[in-house]
Parts: sequence; structure tokens; C-alpha cells
Amino acid sequence: MKVVAKTANEAMAEAMRQINPDVVAAYPITPATEIVQIFSSFVHDGLVDTEFIAVESEHSAMSACIGAAAAGARVMTSTSSQGLALMDEVLYIAAALRLPIVICEINRALSAPINIHCDHSDTMNVRDSGWIQIYAEDSQEAYDSVIQAMKIAEEAFLPAMVTADGFILSHAMQRIDMLEDEEVQAFIGEHKSPYNLLDIYNPITIGPLDLQDYFFEHKRQEADAMMKAPEVIKKVADEFGQKFGRKYGLVEEYRLDDAEYAIVVIGSTAGTAKDTVDMMRDKGHKVGLLRIRVFRPFPAEEIVKALKNVRVVGVMDRADGVNAYGGPVFMEVRAALYEEEKKPDVYSFVYGLGGRDVKPVDIERVFQMIMDADKGKKIDRLNYIGVRE
Amino acid sequence: MEKEILEIRWHGRGGQGAKTAALLFGEAALETGMYIQAFPEYGPERTGAPVSSYNRLSKKPIRIHSGIETPDIVLVLDPTLIGKVDVTAGLKDDGVIIVNTTKSPSEVRKMLGLKDSIKVYTVDAYGIALATIGRAIPNTPMLGSLIKATGILNFDHLLESVRKKLEVKFRGKGADIVDKNIQAIKKAYEETKGEE
Amino acid sequence: MKETWKELPIGAIIKEPGSSKRFETGDWRTERPVLDPEKCIHCMFCWIYCPDSSIKVENGKMEGFLYEYCKGCGICADVCPTKAITMVREEV
Repeated sequence: MKVVAKTANEAMAEAMRQINPDVVAAYPITPATEIVQIFSSFVHDGLVDTEFIAVESEHSAMSACIGAAAAGARVMTSTSSQGLALMDEVLYIAAALRLPIVICEINRALSAPINIHCDHSDTMNVRDSGWIQIYAEDSQEAYDSVIQAMKIAEEAFLPAMVTADGFILSHAMQRIDMLEDEEVQAFIGEHKSPYNLLDIYNPITIGPLDLQDYFFEHKRQEADAMMKAPEVIKKVADEFGQKFGRKYGLVEEYRLDDAEYAIVVIGSTAGTAKDTVDMMRDKGHKVGLLRIRVFRPFPAEEIVKALKNVRVVGVMDRADGVNAYGGPVFMEVRAALYEEEKKPDVYSFVYGLGGRDVKPVDIERVFQMIMDADKGKKIDRLNYIGVRE
Repeated sequence: MEKEILEIRWHGRGGQGAKTAALLFGEAALETGMYIQAFPEYGPERTGAPVSSYNRLSKKPIRIHSGIETPDIVLVLDPTLIGKVDVTAGLKDDGVIIVNTTKSPSEVRKMLGLKDSIKVYTVDAYGIALATIGRAIPNTPMLGSLIKATGILNFDHLLESVRKKLEVKFRGKGADIVDKNIQAIKKAYEETKGEE
Repeated sequence: MKETWKELPIGAIIKEPGSSKRFETGDWRTERPVLDPEKCIHCMFCWIYCPDSSIKVENGKMEGFLYEYCKGCGICADVCPTKAITMVREEV
């Protein structure tokens, strides 16, 4: 292990180098450009054995990844925002063909208006595409999660994206404990492929027309793989924790044991929120935090277990539902709690769109609002915080 | 370092290396066992446009990811930013400000209307850079001033750390440019002035 | 009874090569091609053009049609340089 200072972009590129994939097909986009640029320099310097395919768009990038993965290669790529949106239709194909591709994703707001900074609208846009989604709180977790994601994807035969907040993490240098190359290789193990198009002794057909008589069965099968994925994710995380000492789960509870008020958050805001929780605990408030690390598959059971004894919950979404009933995380958290007899009241707080900074004082305000609501003050179910009213 | 988290803000102009200075300083601090953050503020990227970058330093893991609004230390890499950018915004009452200028610390204090509790240091980083590097690049000299003014890191360690980073950065451009930058840092360290 | 979702190979792949052979596409057509062996010069134009691989070839000779796959499109008759193929109404 060595201690280095790296940004999330640099750390994810290093994880890719250590994984040493057979194929990377990518198209650079701000703020994930560096991942592709640094990795391409690794290819140029002969530090990896990867076939690097410079394509003309993200749609082509994912298409090339699908072809390579179907041919039995270990495949990775990287993108952000509009790039991920352009991949959209092909993402569904990668998932349904059950190809274990890994994307190093950097969260950035979707246009319009055009913006290059962080929110989660890009990955939330593809939340039902059949990809595993892991949201990192910091660059260390982004690095660790990319390594885990490769193994998870190849055990679940599902594609996985690891995301880190644009600029906030992608361009912020922090301390990273890097594993040795051999440790990464030993951890991820031999590449596993669900099938191999180039196996001439066992010829197969990929992507045939699949109509009323079989399509539903294949989608049911895909759903089943996603239902079983939490076990794979936990197993891989446990193995990682035992070997390297850093523990990860589907969700992370922070000072929730006796909490009366909790916020639910994903991504880098969780770090800021932990400091805020400590600050408010010092003032005597019984507050806590639930961070959702794995949003897909959605860890409903863990969320219910963590929140059912809380009085009021504020769910913070860094993506707006716009035409839905609240942000995506809010909707799903609230729905998961519906069947519990004893359950918290849940409010939606959309924040931080387009990179709007979120400070401890903003999070404190969310806590204050849900505590006021508990005392009988009427507040809106759906709220926007940090926007000029 | 007494504070739980020490926060630093660097003001510069696009192309002056404010981001690089924050990264070099962050890495040097990391090597002493501290936890660090170093990040730029991204806006329209244009040579000469006002830019800022930041550091957080702590003995414990740093979890906060919001912008820095109440820095302990402010560095101003270009004197013409004063009056155009609010360089003292949020500077803590017991804070430190270090300015690249030919003016004296008390003149700067007057210009900025600073409280008595804030410490002011000045250094002619352009003059030093021109004399050593041959170009008015103020970022490396300001690293020397930062150490002189605050003593956050051991000066020899900083020199050693920066030398290693620059050797990688200027790979193929000769050892000369690295030596010149080290000279600039040393000279700035010696010439940084506080108030009597 | 077709397979349940638990029995199918993953990723909607088809593991058996050439299984489309079992799908008889020629169960309906309005006209069928008929060969006049006297006129046929075995140029293989019909074999090249047939979109359903329904030309029966043995030892390099055109030997008729695979009516299980032939959709009766008439391309073979159209491209035949010696008019050896004619399309006739499919009777009940």
C-alpha cells in the first residue's frame, strides 16, 4: 500500500490501470476527460495491455464496449453527463446482454442550460437501465469501488457504474491509500465472461429478435440477477474489507442508532453532512445520517431497517424529479417505508443543482425544517434548498 | 497546527499557477502524515481571469466537501487583484494574509482595511521570479512565503517535496528550471516581510 | 410448453448454431417457382439472389427448390437468364 495525493479522476484512472482491462473504448468529456486522457497515456507508455479504441461519440464508445465484452474481453470506459445520456439506448443493451462492463462516471448536470458542474441528473437519468450504480463519497471510495465493481460485475454478470461528484471530487486532490498492482490483480481474479462470441467451438447468436414469446422471460431473468446482486456486492465488499481494511456496504449509517431525525443523501455531500451531524449532536440534537452508496440495486431492506425508528426523515436529492413527485431518492425511500406500520414522516429536499455549493449551514437548515415539522409546523412536502427564492 | 482543519485560499490569475501551488502544497503536507484537500475553483478558464484554489489540512480524515468560505490563510498571487476581487472575504479574525507586492505590510493593511488581529505579510514575488526563473511566475515563490509566514511545514521538507514534483512535471525540460524554482522559493522565504 | 425464465441461457443468446433452419418460412406463398431442367444452364444466379437460401444445389447443379423455406418472392425467376424458372399459382 502506498499513500498518495490524487483527485478522483486520477485515482479512478489508476484503478483502471491496475485492473488492466483488455479493451477501453472511450470519448472524453468534462469533467471526466482526465480519466480517459490519463488512461490513454498509460496505454501509450505500455503500462497496460489494453486495446484503446478512440471513438467518435459515447454512443460508439458503449457500442464498442458491448462488442468487446461479448467477445469475452474485460472492458471499461468512462464518461459524464451528456456522454452518459448519449450512451442511454446502448446502456440497456449492455445490461440485457448481461455484459460485465464498468464505467468510471463523473456526475455532472445534464443540459440545458449548459453546465459542467456536479449534480446527479446524469446517473439518475439511467437508473433503470439495468446497471449497478455505486455513488462514492470521496476519491478513496471512488478508487476502491472501481476495483470492487469489476469483480461485482463479473460475478453478477451485470454492468456497473461507479460515480464521483464532478469537480467536488473529480478535481479535488486528497489522500488516497493505493493498493499494489498485484493486490488488485489477485483481488479481481481471472476475467469471467458470461459467453464468448469468438469461441468457434461453441458458436452462439447474440442479440436476436426476441418477441412476445421470450422477451418477458429474458427481462425477468435480468431482474432476478439484479435482485441477487446485493449479495454479490456485499460479498465483494466484505472480501475487500478483510484484505485491505476499508469497509463498505450498500448503505452507510452514521449516528442513527438513537436518532430522531435523519437525512438521507448520496455522494460527496454525505461527508459534509457527517460534520454537520457531529456539530448538531454537540448541541444536543438527536440527528443522524443515512448514506445510500449502492442506489441500484435499490437497498430497500437496509433503508427500512435504518430509518423505521426515526421520527422525521429529510431526503436530499441532487437531481430534481421535475415532473415527478419529488426527487428520485425521495420517491424510492418513501415508497420503501410505505408498508411499515411504524414509519417516519418523509420530506423531499432538492439541492445543489448544477454544482451549487452545499455547506453545513444548508444541511443544518434541512434538519431544522424537519424538526420544526415534527413540532407541528406545516412545511411543504417537496422543498428546494439553496436556491434564490 | 492547532486548528482541527486549517483552510487556505489562493487568489491568482489564470496561468499564474494558483492551482499548481495548492496541489504542490497539499502533497507536501500529505507527506508529513496530514490529511489534505487541494482543489481549484472552476469558472470560465481564460488566461488572466481571476481564479482561486484551496487547501484543507487536518490531522484527521477530512470529510467536508463544501467550498471554503472562512479561510485561515489567504495568499494573493497578483497585486492587481486587490480592489477587483474581495480577497479578504470571510478571512478569519485570527487569519493571515500574504500578498505578492512591493508595498509594505502596513500599507497593505491600510489598503484592505484589515483588523488588528489579522497578520499581514508581503513579498515581491514577481521581482524574485524574474531574478531567478526569468519569468514573472509567482506561484512557487509564494510557497516559500507561506512557510515563512506560518511555519505550517518544515521548510526543508517543502523544498525537497516540491523539487521531486517539479522534476516529474518538467521531465525532459532540464534540471535547470527545477533549480531556478527552488531558488525562487528560498529567496521568497528569506524576503517575506511581516510587520514590526 | 416453452422454457421458463429460469431455464433459458442468460443474455438472450442462442446456443444452438443454425437453429433458424428449423423455422420453416415457406409455409405460405401465392406463387411457387418451378424449374424447367431443359432450359437450366446451372449459372447459379438464382442461388446467389435467393434471399431465403431456398435453391437446392447438388454437385454444382441446380436441382430445384427447398419449398419449406421458399416465400415465393419470384426473384429467382426474374434473374434467370434462360427463363428456366416460372412462377405458378399456388393451388390449395
